[in-house]
Amino acid sequence: MGKKEIKKERIPVPERPAEERIKDFKEVKLGYTPELAIEEAKRCIQCPTAPCVEGCPVRVPIPQFIKLIAEGKFVEAARKIKEENILPSICGRVCPQEDQCEKVCVIGKIGQPVNIGGLEAFAGDYEARMGSEKIEKAEPTGKKVAIVGSGPGGITCAVDLAKLGHSVTIFEALHEPGGVLIYGIPEFRLPNEIVHRELEALKELGVEIKLNCVIGKTKTLEELRREFDAVFIASGAGLPYMLNIEGLNLNGVYSANEFLTRVNLMGAYRFPEYDTPVFAGKRLAVIGGGNTAMDVARTAKRLKGVEEVYIIYRRSEKEMPARVEEIHHAKEEGVIFKTLTNPVKFIGENGWLKGIECVRMELSEPDESGRRRPVPIEGSNFVIDVETVVLAIGQGPNPIVMEGVEGLEIGKWGQIIVDPETCQTSLEGVFAGGDVIHGGSTVIQAMGDARKAAAAIHEYLLEK
Amino acid sequence: MYRIVKKRELAENVDEFVIEAPEIAQKAKPGQFVIIRISKKGERIPLTIAEKDPEFGTITLMVQRVGKTTFHLSCFEEEHIIPDVVGPLGKPTHIEKWGHVVCIGGGLGLAPIHHIAQGVKEAGNEITTIMGFRRKDLVFWEDKMKLLSDKVIVTTNDGSYGMKGLVTDALQKLIDDGVKIDMVITAGPVPMMKAVAELTKKYEIPTVASLNPIMVDGTGMCGACRVTVDGEVKFACVDGPEFDAHKVDFDELINRLNMFKTLEAEALKMFQKKHCGCGKE
Ligand SMILES: Cc1cc2nc3c(=O)[nH]c(=O)nc-3n(C[C@H](O)[C@H](O)[C@H](O)COP(=O)(O)OP(=O)(O)OC[C@H]3O[C@@H](n4cnc5c(N)ncnc54)[C@H](O)[C@@H]3O)c2cc1C
Ligand SMILES: Cc1cc2nc3c(=O)[nH]c(=O)nc-3n(C[C@H](O)[C@H](O)[C@H](O)COP(=O)(O)OP(=O)(O)OC[C@H]3O[C@@H](n4cnc5c(N)ncnc54)[C@H](O)[C@@H]3O)c2cc1C
Ligand code: SF4
Ligand code: SF4
Ligand code: FES
Ligand SMILES: [Mg+2]
Repeated sequence: MGKKEIKKERIPVPERPAEERIKDFKEVKLGYTPELAIEEAKRCIQCPTAPCVEGCPVRVPIPQFIKLIAEGKFVEAARKIKEENILPSICGRVCPQEDQCEKVCVIGKIGQPVNIGGLEAFAGDYEARMGSEKIEKAEPTGKKVAIVGSGPGGITCAVDLAKLGHSVTIFEALHEPGGVLIYGIPEFRLPNEIVHRELEALKELGVEIKLNCVIGKTKTLEELRREFDAVFIASGAGLPYMLNIEGLNLNGVYSANEFLTRVNLMGAYRFPEYDTPVFAGKRLAVIGGGNTAMDVARTAKRLKGVEEVYIIYRRSEKEMPARVEEIHHAKEEGVIFKTLTNPVKFIGENGWLKGIECVRMELSEPDESGRRRPVPIEGSNFVIDVETVVLAIGQGPNPIVMEGVEGLEIGKWGQIIVDPETCQTSLEGVFAGGDVIHGGSTVIQAMGDARKAAAAIHEYLLEK
Repeated sequence: MYRIVKKRELAENVDEFVIEAPEIAQKAKPGQFVIIRISKKGERIPLTIAEKDPEFGTITLMVQRVGKTTFHLSCFEEEHIIPDVVGPLGKPTHIEKWGHVVCIGGGLGLAPIHHIAQGVKEAGNEITTIMGFRRKDLVFWEDKMKLLSDKVIVTTNDGSYGMKGLVTDALQKLIDDGVKIDMVITAGPVPMMKAVAELTKKYEIPTVASLNPIMVDGTGMCGACRVTVDGEVKFACVDGPEFDAHKVDFDELINRLNMFKTLEAEALKMFQKKHCGCGKE
C-alpha cells in the first residue's frame, strides 16, 4: 500500500440525533453508505500479520473482506465474512469490537482503529438487500440433533449442522426465537427484522424450531437424548441476580430481564395496542454498569412519561463493563450517571417504591481481579427519589434445563462444565456452549462455541 | 396445535376450555400450570391445569374474566386455535399419604384444587373439600369435586346455597367438631388463603397455599413472580407455585398483584370500547 497517508480519524457512521431517536425504538445508527464504506475500508493497510484477526474470537478474515469492500465488491465481502461468521449484520452491531478485533488494529496505534464492526454490518446488510445466496446442503446423513435454545449459540450450531446434512430441531421455551437478541438487546441497537432474517435462513435450511417447549418441563433432556443422536445445549444465562437489600419486593422494582422482556419481546412500549403493560414512573434508576444496564436505561428513556433516568454504579465510569459506545450513546440521550454510588435500601410507601437510599463509594486498592475495590464512605448516605428501579447486576445459567438430569457436571455458579476443545459435557452425546457455560458472555463467544461444538458433534455422529 | 376442543360457561364470567395440547397433557401433574398467549399482540398469562386427559391429549383450563386478556379469551369458541400454550410449568404438588386432607378452594381456586385433589385421592387420602362462592349461581364443579371427595361443603357468602359464610367458617366448624385434619391445601383469592393460613396456624395444621403472583415467562427468567416465604425471596413459577402457607407474606403478594392495576384498567376499557364483536360484555 506504500506511502499513502493514513487517515487517523475513522469515517463516522451516520447516526440519528439524540433528540430525535429517543422518541422511538428505531435504530440509532443509519449505517455506512457504499461511498462511506469504501472510504473507511481504504483506511485498512492490509497488514500481512493481520493482528485484528487474532482479536476476533471466530477469526473473521478481516483484511480480505475489507479489501473487497474497498473494491466495491460488497456481496463478495459479506460472503467472505460468512466463511467464519454467519451473522455479520448482528455481530457488526453488537460485538464489543473495542475489546476484540479493533483493539489490536494497527491503525489504532496512531489514530482510531479501522471500524471493522461498522464495515461488517454494512456488508451483511448489503448482501441481505441483494437477496442472500442459496446455502448449499450436504446429502442427508439420517442423523438427528436437538438444540436447546434459539439464541446466537443455537442458531449458529443449527446452521453448521444442517449444512452438513444432519436433521436439526431447535427447542425454544419462549413463543419467539432469537434468545437475548430478541428479548434482551433493544431494537434501537439491533432491529428485530435483522434477527428474523437470519431465522428465515434457518428455515430454508430445513431446521425445525419448536417454540413453547421448555426442556426440563415439556420435555426432559433425557427424552431428547433418547430421541436424538446428539444434543447441543445453548440455553443461555437467563437467571437474574437479585440485590438482596430491604425493599426488593416493593412495587416498582424490576429485574432487567423482566423490564426488557416486557418492552422488547412483549411490545409494552406500544401498550395498550399490545397487551403487556410496563410501569416506569417519571424517574427510573438502573443499577449496574454493563451493557444490560445501558440497554435498560436507553429503553427507559424512550418510554412515555419517563423524565429522568439514572445509572447507579458502585465503581467509577472507567471500570464500567459496558461498551464505550453504549456509555456514549446513553449520555447523549440524557441518562444521568451516578457512579461511585451503591444502593443500600429501597424505600417504599404503601408498598410502592419512592426512593433509593444510596451510599457514596471510593476506590481502594486493586483486588484479585485487578479492579479497584469500591468501599462505602461512612455517613455519606443520601436518597435518590424514583418510582422505579431496574436491577442489572448480572445473571447466571437457568437450572430448569437440567431438571431431573443425572450425571451432568455443573460448576459453582450453575454453569455446565464442558471440554473447552469440543464443548462436550460430562454426558455422552451432549454438548453445550454460549452463556450456559460462561455465565454472561457475548454473542460472538456463543457463536464461537457453537461452531466448535458443531464440528465436534459432526465428528461424533460420523463415528457413532 | 392448541385448538379449543370444547368450551362452556361454568358460571357468570367463568369459562371452561378444553384445549388440545398432547405433550402438556402427557406431562402435567397436580399443581402445575400453563402460560398462554392468545394473539400476536397478546400478553402471557398463567392458568392452572385443572384437569388433563393424556389419552385424548387435552388439558382443561378454567378462566375467570377479570381483565383484557381473559375477556378476550372468552370470545374464542370451539375450533379456534390459541397460538401459544407452554407448560406444564411450576413444581408439581408434593403429595403424601397424610390421612385426612382438607382441600379448600375459593372460586377459581378450584382449578388447582381439583387437580391436586385427584393426586391426593390417588395417594389414598381421605378428602374433605370446602368450596366457597359468593352466591348460588356462581357455584360450579360441585359434581366433579363430589366424585373425588369423601365430603364436600359448599359455602356461599349470602347463604343462597350450602352453608352461609366463608370457607374459614366451614373449616372452623370442622375443627370445633373435633375432626382430625392432617393437611390443608388451599387455593383462591389471596385474602382467603391468608385467612385460612391464619386459622390453621392457630391449630398447628400443616397448610399449603397455591400462589398466583404476576408472571411473564414462567421459567425463572424474569423474577416478576417474586414472593417472600419464610423471609426468603422465591420465584413462584419455578420454586412454587405452592408454598407453606404459614410462611408466606400474603400482604406483600396482595400488594404486588396491584403493580399494573391502572394500566390493566385502561387496557380493559379500550378493549371493551372497540370490542371484537362477539357480543359479550
Ligand atoms: C440486555 C443484554 C444486552 C447484551 N448486549 C450485548 C452486546 O452488545 N454484545 C454482545 O456480544 N453480547 C451482549 N449481550 C450478551 C449476549 O446477548 C449473550 O452472550 C448471548 O445472547 C448468548 O447467547 P446464547 O445462545 O448462549 O444464549 P441466549 O441468547 O440467552 O439464548 C438462550 C435461549 O434459550 C432459551 N432457553 C433457555 N432455557 C431453555 C429451556 N430449558 N428449554 C428451551 N429453551 C430454553 C431461552 O429462552 C433463549 O431463547 C447482552 C445481553 C443482554 C441480556
Ligand atoms: C400460577 C397461576 C395460576 C393461575 N391460574 C388461574 C386459573 O386457573 N384461572 C384463572 O382464571 N386465573 C388464574 N390465574 C390468574 C390469571 O393469570 C389472571 O387472572 C390473568 O392473568 C388476568 O389477566 P387479564 O388481562 O384478564 O386481567 P388484568 O386486568 O390484566 O389483570 C387482573 C389482575 O390479574 C392479575 N394478573 C394480571 N396479569 C397477570 C399475569 N401476567 N400473571 C398473573 N396474574 C396477573 C393481577 O392481579 C391483575 O390485577 C393464575 C395465576 C397464576 C400465577
Ligand atoms: S465477529 Fe466481532 S470480533 Fe469478529 S471481526 Fe466481526 S465485529 Fe470483530
Ligand atoms: S489490523 Fe487494522 S489495518 Fe491491519 S489488517 Fe486489520 S483492520 Fe486492517
Ligand atoms: S414468571 Fe418470570 S421468573 Fe417467574
Ligand atoms: Mg392483562
